[in-house]
Amino acid sequence: MSDTPRFAVGIDLGTTNSVLSYVDLQSAADQPVHEVFGIEQLVQPGAVETRRQLPSFLYQCHESEISVGELALPWSDGNFSVVGTIARNLGAKTPLRLVASAKSWLCHSGVDRRSGFLPLNAPEDVALISPLEASTAYLRHLQQNWDHRNPDFPLAEQDVTITVPASFDPAARDLTAEAAKQIGLQRLTLLEEPQAAVYSWVKSCGEAWRDQVQVGDIILVVDVGGGTTDLSLVAVTEEEGNLSLNRIAVGEHILLGGDNMDLALAYRIKHKLEQDEGKSLQPWQIQALTHGCRDAKETLLLDNDIQEVPLIVPSRGSKLLSNTLRTELTREEVEQTLVEGFFPKVQVSDQPQRARRGALTQMGLPYAQDAAVTRHLAAFLCRQSDAAEGALGGAQNFIKPTAILLNGGVLKAPKLANRLLSVINAWLGEAGAESARLLDGADLDLGVAKGAAYYGYVRQGNGVRIRGGLASAYYVGIESSMPAVPGMPVPMQALCVAPFGMEEGSATTASTQEFGLVVGEPVEFRFFGSTVRRDDISGTLLDSWSDDELEELSPIQATLPLDGGQPGDVVPVRLAARVNELGTLCLEALPRQGEQRWQVEFEVRNHS
Amino acid sequence: MPYELSMPTSLDALHLVLAGTALLLLLITLLLVLKRGGGGDKANSSAKEPPSPKQQSSIETPMLNTKDPESAFQLLGLLQQEARFVDFLNEDLTGFKDDEVGAVARVVHEGSKKVLHQYFQLEPIRAEDEDSQITLQIGFSAAENRVTGNVSGEPPFTGVLVHRGWRVTGANLPKLAVSHDPKIVAPAEVEL
Repeated sequence: MSDTPRFAVGIDLGTTNSVLSYVDLQSAADQPVHEVFGIEQLVQPGAVETRRQLPSFLYQCHESEISVGELALPWSDGNFSVVGTIARNLGAKTPLRLVASAKSWLCHSGVDRRSGFLPLNAPEDVALISPLEASTAYLRHLQQNWDHRNPDFPLAEQDVTITVPASFDPAARDLTAEAAKQIGLQRLTLLEEPQAAVYSWVKSCGEAWRDQVQVGDIILVVDVGGGTTDLSLVAVTEEEGNLSLNRIAVGEHILLGGDNMDLALAYRIKHKLEQDEGKSLQPWQIQALTHGCRDAKETLLLDNDIQEVPLIVPSRGSKLLSNTLRTELTREEVEQTLVEGFFPKVQVSDQPQRARRGALTQMGLPYAQDAAVTRHLAAFLCRQSDAAEGALGGAQNFIKPTAILLNGGVLKAPKLANRLLSVINAWLGEAGAESARLLDGADLDLGVAKGAAYYGYVRQGNGVRIRGGLASAYYVGIESSMPAVPGMPVPMQALCVAPFGMEEGSATTASTQEFGLVVGEPVEFRFFGSTVRRDDISGTLLDSWSDDELEELSPIQATLPLDGGQPGDVVPVRLAARVNELGTLCLEALPRQGEQRWQVEFEVRNHS
Repeated sequence: MPYELSMPTSLDALHLVLAGTALLLLLITLLLVLKRGGGGDKANSSAKEPPSPKQQSSIETPMLNTKDPESAFQLLGLLQQEARFVDFLNEDLTGFKDDEVGAVARVVHEGSKKVLHQYFQLEPIRAEDEDSQITLQIGFSAAENRVTGNVSGEPPFTGVLVHRGWRVTGANLPKLAVSHDPKIVAPAEVEL
């Protein structure tokens, strides 16, 4: 490993697209060379193109479907498991071999994320892979492409920042880091996507960013990607006379994004055709419509006078004209479905329909009720009403952002961005606050990757860093010792093991509370997170809490190795937390005596 | 794409657009084949015929060359894939109404446009407005400027710019795998 990396590399490992960007650390400090890496990938069998985005899809080719020579990449002879544009294209017609949305599965606590179950409902001859393996495959493609083009500067030795949603729980962050380790990355950092968007904005403004914000500003970052919506609040404060940025709150994991919007439009058109013209559509026609809607929507969401865009789905056969489906997407339909459907004018007190974790929205499911981004946003601002207290003082019934930074391709559409802004400003207006302003200069498509690379550069001491720390406090559930009462669950207490805001490199002292671990056997604990309890310190024991305050995460698990004890022995341990250099949380079990430390896993592994 | 501007709404206009696109793309195909020929000279594509006898130079090798049409096949493949180009040109349009043809023309137009913008960079050869008077100086490039009509005397020539011309300034076609057969413009599709 060379002493100093040449490049700071940022990877936006997205739900639907991945992007790689880099900064040359040896270029001039005032004008760093900052590029988006063109990713070579198969687009069709036998054809390789360079594109800026690598679609995060993996397709398991059938051996008779394609000759392996057609799958050659510049750096390899080809493999029946393909990623990128070709995977998305082939998978569009053969979905049962397609792995999609691996990232959403990575954050799904209801499944074993290390076990192979993707593609869902695949026939027996398709090799199943885990969400972790799929993420690793996307990273590996990027790595091979990078190493092929930069043989002297292998990716493994560069300073790599991978972005994760701010709402990713510790298990999902760990899995992302594990994927990176599997391809051998040695200098890895994880960065929250909304923070990356802020870094990208700071970079694109240059020194002028200090003129666009001032002390006391609260920047609301709204990131609507292909598959997820991610919210964060960043406060502008002053430290030793300099402006500094503090990420003060993050939102929940919301699986709602641009793909849902295209699908919603396609289903609306399908409904129209069925109702008005009595036509029934084939699945491939719906798919073609979804595709058509994506382009048509972009035209109609610009501020212009176009009232409708025709949608044409020609026959699949070579007789193009024989069975053409013709319809049109009107401005009214787009506005009703997208502007009113996804960004309705709601009150700040409105709550989203509760279908929270576990409701994994996949293509094909109806997204009717809780598709309103604005309702999720309202709930977030209300939930985090105390967030600014520490930073700015004063309690409020909802947090009032003063500036807004947008990210994600969806919000490139002026009509959606304007609607979002006007809804937020209506809330602010009712509360007697000043309107929030939109920060310009953001790159909505590539900002996260660019910001991640820039972050690597900033970490070398060049420019402002956003302070963050843990955006949640974490708790372990302890069952109270009391006689069992039939029909009544055993009361649960929650022990705070990692307080809100713990920073990278910091650690807590071991709790006084002890837990009995059985030597040689995995022991599970219930695990909770809270984005709103900011004042609990490590060791705080909660007897009761409201459903809103603590969210149950997937259980965590500790296994004491056999050495040093007899199987079945119970060893009392205490729990301590630290945040490692990657930016991920580690929980460790410490026995009363001795120097050993055992890692507590955030994810329960399947033991057969 | 930034220029998703409105399409002409009358069918006649649509046909025009379509014809224009088709012609343009065929031209590019041709251009590309020739460009790949390496010689870069004005050549005629009637490849298999022997070169015409008007030999001006003493070089014995013919001035015409033919090149492996692989990239032309590839372009056809891309146009078929994105724009159903081959399907469309092989359709017999008699018996179809104009609005039916017009609907499909949109598919061909949108797809072809996508191919054109994704794989080629084009610029007009002349910056002047069409229908304006321009003067071609002595030594103007006859390849870039085609003079027509009252062609006599010596340059400078003054005339009306009828068409601005197009020049490819960059092309980045997909790289093909060695074993890939570009003659397969579209594989037969069998749904199981």
